[in-house]
Amino acid sequence: MVWLELLSDYTFQNVVIGASLLGLISGPLGCFAVLRRQSLLGDAISHAALPGICLSFIITGSRDIGGIIIGSLITGSAAALIMLMLTRLSRLKTDAALGACLSIFFAVGIVLLTYIQSTNNASQGGLEAFLFGQAAATLRSDLWVMGSITLVTLLLLAVFWKQAKLVTFDAEYARTLGMPITVIEASLTAMVALAVVVGLQMVGVILMAAMIVAPAAAARQWSRHLGGMLTIAAGVGIVSGVSGATISTLSRGLATGPLIVLTATVIVLISLALAPGRGLLWGVIKHYRQKSALQKQQLLYALYKHTADPSCTPSTLGSRRMLNKLKQQGYLTRSPRGDDGWGLTAQGQEEARRVVAAFEELAS
Amino acid sequence: MMAELLTTTALPIMLVGAMVGIASSAVGTFLVLRGNSMLSDAISHSIVFGIVIVWLLTKQQSGPVQLIGAALTGLLTVLLTEALASTKRVKQDTAIGLVFPALFSIGVLLLNIYANDVHIDTHTVLLGEIGFVWLDTLDIFGLPIPQALVSMSVMTVLNYAFIGLFYKELKLATFDPALAKTFGFMPSILFYVLLMLTSSTAVAAFDAVGAVLFIAFAIVPASAAYLLTDRLLMMFIIGALISIASSISGYYLAVYLNVSIGGMMAVMTGIFLMLAFLAGPRYGVITQLVKRQRARQAPVEPPPSV
Repeated sequence: MVWLELLSDYTFQNVVIGASLLGLISGPLGCFAVLRRQSLLGDAISHAALPGICLSFIITGSRDIGGIIIGSLITGSAAALIMLMLTRLSRLKTDAALGACLSIFFAVGIVLLTYIQSTNNASQGGLEAFLFGQAAATLRSDLWVMGSITLVTLLLLAVFWKQAKLVTFDAEYARTLGMPITVIEASLTAMVALAVVVGLQMVGVILMAAMIVAPAAAARQWSRHLGGMLTIAAGVGIVSGVSGATISTLSRGLATGPLIVLTATVIVLISLALAPGRGLLWGVIKHYRQKSALQKQQLLYALYKHTADPSCTPSTLGSRRMLNKLKQQGYLTRSPRGDDGWGLTAQGQEEARRVVAAFEELAS
Repeated sequence: MMAELLTTTALPIMLVGAMVGIASSAVGTFLVLRGNSMLSDAISHSIVFGIVIVWLLTKQQSGPVQLIGAALTGLLTVLLTEALASTKRVKQDTAIGLVFPALFSIGVLLLNIYANDVHIDTHTVLLGEIGFVWLDTLDIFGLPIPQALVSMSVMTVLNYAFIGLFYKELKLATFDPALAKTFGFMPSILFYVLLMLTSSTAVAAFDAVGAVLFIAFAIVPASAAYLLTDRLLMMFIIGALISIASSISGYYLAVYLNVSIGGMMAVMTGIFLMLAFLAGPRYGVITQLVKRQRARQAPVEPPPSV
């Protein structure tokens, strides 16, 4: 009943659709950013959106979403360009240039924000909400704008799929083919700015970085192909958006943005642990399997080869758990050999002979 | 005279601003040189998590416990990042981008839950209120000294004491980690201590300038200094001078325009970076252009006759 009520709730519908759109656009574009080793560029661009938002407010005098989008696109792209300029024309490294652009643009944003507050404009309320997002205030009209941006961005990506792919994985080869790689790189960066714009309302400028990085990082674990990775990233983005929004609505009062980000983080952790082939858990399990197989072989070898050696009794060679396990498998038995109540069964003798033969073949 | 100056609001604010800059650019210099600048971004965001946790455990919002808590949070951020990166499943920058938003989110949610009890709001977290530092004072030698000034001075002394004590080791560890390791200087431990100092500085600067502007004070003066000199010692001096200049000019501009003082100080550091970038005497863009122009116009010397 709660669910039915929730689904027919107007605000909830808006938030869920908005969060899904955010996941749909930030996932795929994040993949390119992560693969091009520009994970933190999204962070810089989203912080740099703040002065754009404020500027558009100063110029238009309203919180009109169109103006805010254009403003944040301009300052976001400007920050990315200045970042590139700093690294190309001076000896600053990427990290310093990123940090400088991020913090200075944000500082300009703060200055403009306080300027707007000091001019005491009545309709300025809610500008600060863009810092952390204000999912509950999403309007239907905002959704149409966010939806169109998402659609256009994904279409552009589809049209320039081959070029984007080649520039991402082998920019030098793309250059020799005569592709305008600077243009393509710049557009991929500008598209990250578009994703940031969509996320402003939902998660705010501070946490947008995670929405670029997390779905892509999770998707990378599940797929070795760019297309698959993009699809999964979009899925992860949508799932974390929707679940974050739902938890936030059900808990009443917990901020939506952080919840979306935390959901995405949990999905990343699960992917790191469980993804087929790359998952860390499989590695750990494999390690222990090999270790116990080796112990078993050592034990059988010693029992078979050194029957006369009094120090080579089963209980000195293996742990109690190991012995019990071998007993269960039918290799050991508690009775026949008298020394400490453990001995090889017929099947154990057979297996031990095989191990010894295999080992000796290896040794020779 | 001294007491009079401190009771007016302008001087304490500028002093705190300058101290934030001097303390942060000291550690920032090494971050910039090592190519780890974005760790200051990660640390400054995730100490929000640390501040809330320490507050929940001890109910203390500032003071030495918070500084230690921040140091541990910074360490936690870096260790988590390195643990993620060491799985080889994600790259270093991706790992940074995963860790700090997660910690920041947990911090914000905890603030959300305990909003009624805790006196930190998300606004202060991001922006700080350097304009109000003179409200919170300690009496030292009969003078009302702003608490922020005391904590920033402590951090400045701590940072420079560490750098002074291990100057040779830090220098070698920064420019040639492999050689430092063979000498037994343990470059990674030095680096961890440096990052712990960075986070403590961040939390001390927190009330004054907030999480995001701290990045500007840590990275930007050091970056500008990097464009102006080739000597490590000069980088500290230039970084400190830029911090002082930004603090003073930022304060007066902010008062004149009636805007955020901390924000304006950070913007001023950016202006100095741009100046260094464009007009630096050796590496500046304009200087390079002029040099190239001159080289082109210079008459080609005839080869010496045999």
